[in-house]
Amino acid sequence: MTLVHDDELDTATPAVAAMPESTVASSLTPPEPEPVGILDEHAKREVRRAMLSAVCIPGYQVPFGSREMPVARGWGSGGLQITLALVGADDVVKVIDQGDDEGVNAVNLRRLITDTTGAEETTEVDEATVIQTRHRIPEDEPTDDQVLVLQVPVPEPLRGVERDMMELARMHAEADYARMWVSLYEDVVRNGVITKSTGYPCLVGGRYVMATTPIPRWDVPRLHQSPFLSLFGAGRERRIYAVPPLTDVEPLTFDDIPFEVERTEGATCSLCGATEAYLVEVPASRPGGEGRWTCSDTAWCRRRREQNAEEAS
Amino acid sequence: MISTERQVVLEVRGLGKLFGDQDPGAVVRTGPELGTAKDPQGNTVVAAWDVDFEVAAGEAFGVIGESGSGKSTVMRMIAGDVTASAGTVRLRKRDRSRVDLLGLTPSERRALRIDELSIVHQDPADGLDLRVTAGGNIADPLTAAGWRNFGQIRERAAELLTRTEVPLDRMDDLVKTFSGGMKQRVQLARALANNPPLVLFDEPTTGLDASVAAGVLDLIRDLIESLGIAAVVVSHDFAVIEMLTSRCMVMQHGRMVEQGVTDQLLEDPIAPYTQRLVAAARA
Repeated sequence: MTLVHDDELDTATPAVAAMPESTVASSLTPPEPEPVGILDEHAKREVRRAMLSAVCIPGYQVPFGSREMPVARGWGSGGLQITLALVGADDVVKVIDQGDDEGVNAVNLRRLITDTTGAEETTEVDEATVIQTRHRIPEDEPTDDQVLVLQVPVPEPLRGVERDMMELARMHAEADYARMWVSLYEDVVRNGVITKSTGYPCLVGGRYVMATTPIPRWDVPRLHQSPFLSLFGAGRERRIYAVPPLTDVEPLTFDDIPFEVERTEGATCSLCGATEAYLVEVPASRPGGEGRWTCSDTAWCRRRREQNAEEAS
Repeated sequence: MISTERQVVLEVRGLGKLFGDQDPGAVVRTGPELGTAKDPQGNTVVAAWDVDFEVAAGEAFGVIGESGSGKSTVMRMIAGDVTASAGTVRLRKRDRSRVDLLGLTPSERRALRIDELSIVHQDPADGLDLRVTAGGNIADPLTAAGWRNFGQIRERAAELLTRTEVPLDRMDDLVKTFSGGMKQRVQLARALANNPPLVLFDEPTTGLDASVAAGVLDLIRDLIESLGIAAVVVSHDFAVIEMLTSRCMVMQHGRMVEQGVTDQLLEDPIAPYTQRLVAAARA
């Protein structure tokens, strides 16, 4: 390494100019993807052990090592580690972000997974063996031979009511969820309804309260008695939890206040015409124009459009 | 026909607590006669020893003494916040079974605190979540006991707040916006939420000014009588003990120096220490 004196920095010559041409070129060209995995076999085993514990104790947050990933923590590093510990060359991976296979983060994670594991990629639910997702369960329900991997930002459902880690551990251990109920009570008193949208708290298998983060309420009932395995990974918080197939997932709500999913009266997908899907609002492209609704699950929406076109012709 | 038989709810026998070195020999080297609770030959503090009393349903028992006399330690041992060094504390539960409070695990004790034993603290911040509404503070023990119907929780909270004379239009206000007396009334409502057979009062009116304290004391006495709860009232204030309790004991240097009917004990104290205390209070 060359030492650069302060006075030399004042000159207009950029530091890179001093480097040989070939070095500059190689540092700017992305390296060819190497076939070696990001997680070594020991790391994969550790993650799998945490996953097994999580499956054995539905809804319980199992601590795991959470290694550094080539993505920032908070950008799906937890889900990524689960996927990397699960897949091999004979797997087919679908990655979605907000239901969209073409979201920048989804594309990058999918490339990373396929390049380093040799797994195939797909956008079709029925072709995938592992579906990694942020924010959605695909509209087409996965089956009992598929695994849903969710990227979780905040795994602790009680974070809003308690910050002390020891007290949180005690509350889960004793199933003491009174303060969660108080927060729901306060919400109804203040707002007339339970306002919690993503991360709605659910009782899993009649025992642990779990954050269904970050899926919308729309998808919460779909976790209940689902045929597929759901694995939740929080990389930053170093926790893995699971909803095994055919497990009860009950949203916390009062007996006289029914749990409701998001729904906008009259909203229809402007692309495929769907009404019975999770729709997102697309803001107007120019001021004063009207916003429109589209399906959040883009692959599902595209297939519906293709079917519509076939039927029309 | 209502049975006139006295139903003992709380039975305390030989309760004791040593702090510091756990030297049992310290017991004979301390006490009122020796003028200290701290072992002169070691590092043991005999915070309480040989404490016996019982409280029946609908009865309030007073524990009086100056700071450091051990009255708070007795209270905290019954509540389970301090582990006892000796003795038994038997509670008659709502299902009439009896349980030794000292033999419970922390989680069993917390479960008991939901509907068998409540505490009204001197500082409302210890017994309430001030960032939550009055109704929410009552919803806490109710949901802990399994209530899951919003309408019923509201109804029960309103009933309790009415009972403790908190205006219902404040039910949905945060408790931190309440006056001291009002906070104490909310604490009472919360303590009574699940009809516990035993309620412990720790200096319940010490932080309040005289006129507000009188109102709260009236209310507490009325609640103890009408609900038939057994109460233990810890206070350094004779006026509180006189107003609330029918029997009481006086503590000094970790020992019980006198126990009896409150009126009698205050009118005709036997122990010299009690005589001095009463004289000081009446002066």
